[in-house]
Amino acid sequence: MEGGVVYESGLNLKATELRLGLPGTDESEKQTTFNIRNNKRPSPDTVEDCGSSGSSDDKHGGHETAPAAKAQVVGWPPIRSYRKNSFQAKKIEVETGIYVKVSMDGAPYLRKIDLKVYKGYPELLKALENMFKLTIGEYSEREGYKGSEYAPTYEDKDGDWMLVGDVPWDMFMSSCKRLRIMRGSEARGLGCSI
Amino acid sequence: MDPNPKRRKESLDSPDSSESNRFLPFPDEVLERVLSLMKSHKDRSSVSLVCKDWYNAERWSRTHVFIGNCYSVSPEIVARRFPKIRSVTLKGKPRFSDFNLVPQNWGADIHSWLVLFASAYPFLEELRLKRMAVTDESLEFLATSFPNFKALSLLSCEGFSTDGLAAIATHCKNLTELDIQENGMEDSGGGWLSCFPENFTSLEVLNFASLNSDVSFDVLERLVTRCKSLRVLKVNKNITLEQFQRLLVRAPWLTELGTGSFQQELTPRQYTELESAFSNCKNLHTLSGLWEATLLYLPVLFPACASLTFLNLSYATLESGELATLLAHCPNLRRLWVLDTVEDKGLEAVGSSCPLLEELRVFPVDPFDPDILHGVTESGFVAVSYGCRRLRYVLYFCRQMTNAAVATIVQNCPDFTHFRLCIMEPGRPDYLTNEPMDEAFGAVVKTCTKLQRLAVSGLLTDLTFEYIGKYAKNLETLSVAFAGSSDWGMQCVLGGCPKLRKLEIRDSPFGNEALLSGLEKYESMRSLWMSACNVTMNGCRLLAREMPRLNVEVMKEDESDDSQADKVYVYRSVAGPRRDAPPFVLTL
Repeated sequence: MEGGVVYESGLNLKATELRLGLPGTDESEKQTTFNIRNNKRPSPDTVEDCGSSGSSDDKHGGHETAPAAKAQVVGWPPIRSYRKNSFQAKKIEVETGIYVKVSMDGAPYLRKIDLKVYKGYPELLKALENMFKLTIGEYSEREGYKGSEYAPTYEDKDGDWMLVGDVPWDMFMSSCKRLRIMRGSEARGLGCSI
Repeated sequence: MDPNPKRRKESLDSPDSSESNRFLPFPDEVLERVLSLMKSHKDRSSVSLVCKDWYNAERWSRTHVFIGNCYSVSPEIVARRFPKIRSVTLKGKPRFSDFNLVPQNWGADIHSWLVLFASAYPFLEELRLKRMAVTDESLEFLATSFPNFKALSLLSCEGFSTDGLAAIATHCKNLTELDIQENGMEDSGGGWLSCFPENFTSLEVLNFASLNSDVSFDVLERLVTRCKSLRVLKVNKNITLEQFQRLLVRAPWLTELGTGSFQQELTPRQYTELESAFSNCKNLHTLSGLWEATLLYLPVLFPACASLTFLNLSYATLESGELATLLAHCPNLRRLWVLDTVEDKGLEAVGSSCPLLEELRVFPVDPFDPDILHGVTESGFVAVSYGCRRLRYVLYFCRQMTNAAVATIVQNCPDFTHFRLCIMEPGRPDYLTNEPMDEAFGAVVKTCTKLQRLAVSGLLTDLTFEYIGKYAKNLETLSVAFAGSSDWGMQCVLGGCPKLRKLEIRDSPFGNEALLSGLEKYESMRSLWMSACNVTMNGCRLLAREMPRLNVEVMKEDESDDSQADKVYVYRSVAGPRRDAPPFVLTL
């Protein structure tokens, strides 16, 4: 009572294969040719089905376009529930971004960025520099962003406009409501010690 | 001066005794004394087979019994054979139950064992359970029926709650060990810890790392202070860094530590105190926990790392740089568990910092992430193999692998005893050549002659199993998933691996011919598991008929074809078919 297709490269079993798929669907790009069993099973007499089974959950690896949401096979990969659950919560936390508006003096429209994407101030500033094609320069506690025409500022929870960089990154992420890149004399006023 | 007159009479009355006594150069007491020093249950098994006298001497001197499959024997048979047991290790459900492949209420209930132990072994001291069903009622029964009870270890069990733990804490006056790991248990609060009486001081091992609710820190601190023999303490992630520092100060002699959460805003003074507390732990060899650890606080560990031999970072989402910095201080590491957030670069650091490493486990932080960009690849594993030539145990979850990489790895590390490779996408071929991964596992079994445990993955044809059958002569455990081409594969394994004890297969095209080819073999094995394969009910019935000393159990899925045997569990037993099988388990 042998079922099973021999998975050897070179043997063109595809040509003589009995399939349940719709005519025209090409399965040749599939990495895996496994019939992931949910509850449906082929009877032992038929050649093992390389295509989709009746279950709508099945992986359809033949699609080359968007990475289809892969069906989660029961119990695979083999990781204990305790460990799996430990990181689920973390993942959900990470997925919701912190989007804030960014305005630049003189620019016709605003932009929006996700603060969670950045690990710290250097990356954020670099991203702002790229986005607005300007140079903000380096932060110093004493002199702010000296040497630059621009100063990155943010509105905090109390409604005050603060210079970006003074507080720890985590604190900044949780208190920043919006960003504004100030320029010119207004900017120098913030960073200047006079 | 025989303290057991009944026993002496027994052996004198047995028909063979007069003959065998003539050949026995020394009295039973001496033999028993010698045997009492023998701890390994495999050795004891061998000893018991020598002759009747040795069998008796062995059974009277055995104090610890290991039962790898709770249904292979009955509590009554155990009690009858071993009258002096003080420590029991019991394993229940098939291993795939850890991955939700076994329905609820399957069995492996500890209670009937406890009831019998209460009368046969009233002085029972230790109970270690793995994959058993345990209720609060059973825990309470345990706590109140054994006045000398000392050590309880529960791993991957289910069915109980913190109420059961409360019963243990309340009643076990001589408790030395409470080790609760990764169970399917209900956590209804941390009040159980407060159930230890104020005059209770015997605790040596306390592990509640996997419990989620808060315990009273005050209670914990007092407990740690008064239990002067405490050597293992693993707390849960609700214990803060600051609290942990206070515990460390109370018990600097701890050898195994599981920290709580490793992230908290500390003042410079608190930071220094924490660093100082760790540097006072001169005996530390095992460290775990470290939830949310970052480079901000990892340096406090550095003074304690020199003596570390086992570092479990599998709950700390460290990046490569963080791991590298930490490992630079851990030159004596033998065992390392990490998450794949460390990536290949982190594993390169492992290779360069830990030359004595024997065991590496890399777990995926996000097993369902379809994105191949994250995690570890073959190059991380190869990097480790160049630096850690003494590797014997590896568990590696990855998304891509090549045959060439595995060949290099085993060439660097030929001493593997446990090789568990999990390429997470089922049936994924060598990503460079697009060929099956047959040659990879061929290399493993050809080179690693001491291999005892193997888990295969990726796209595999029967050739892999031909290799296994031909070369893996010391193989005891084999795990197969989404692999093989035909019955021939499984037949090769059954016919070729003389030491095979556990075979677990899922989603592979092996059918009745394969199943039945192992007829002679299964009695020398602990168990066989086959799920979502091509085995039919008729094939199972035939097996059951031919081999009456095997229990052949089938679990059927609701919507499946009547003739298919969806999940098959076959195991040898001297206790006959189960009497507690639920309706969905058919014993053939």
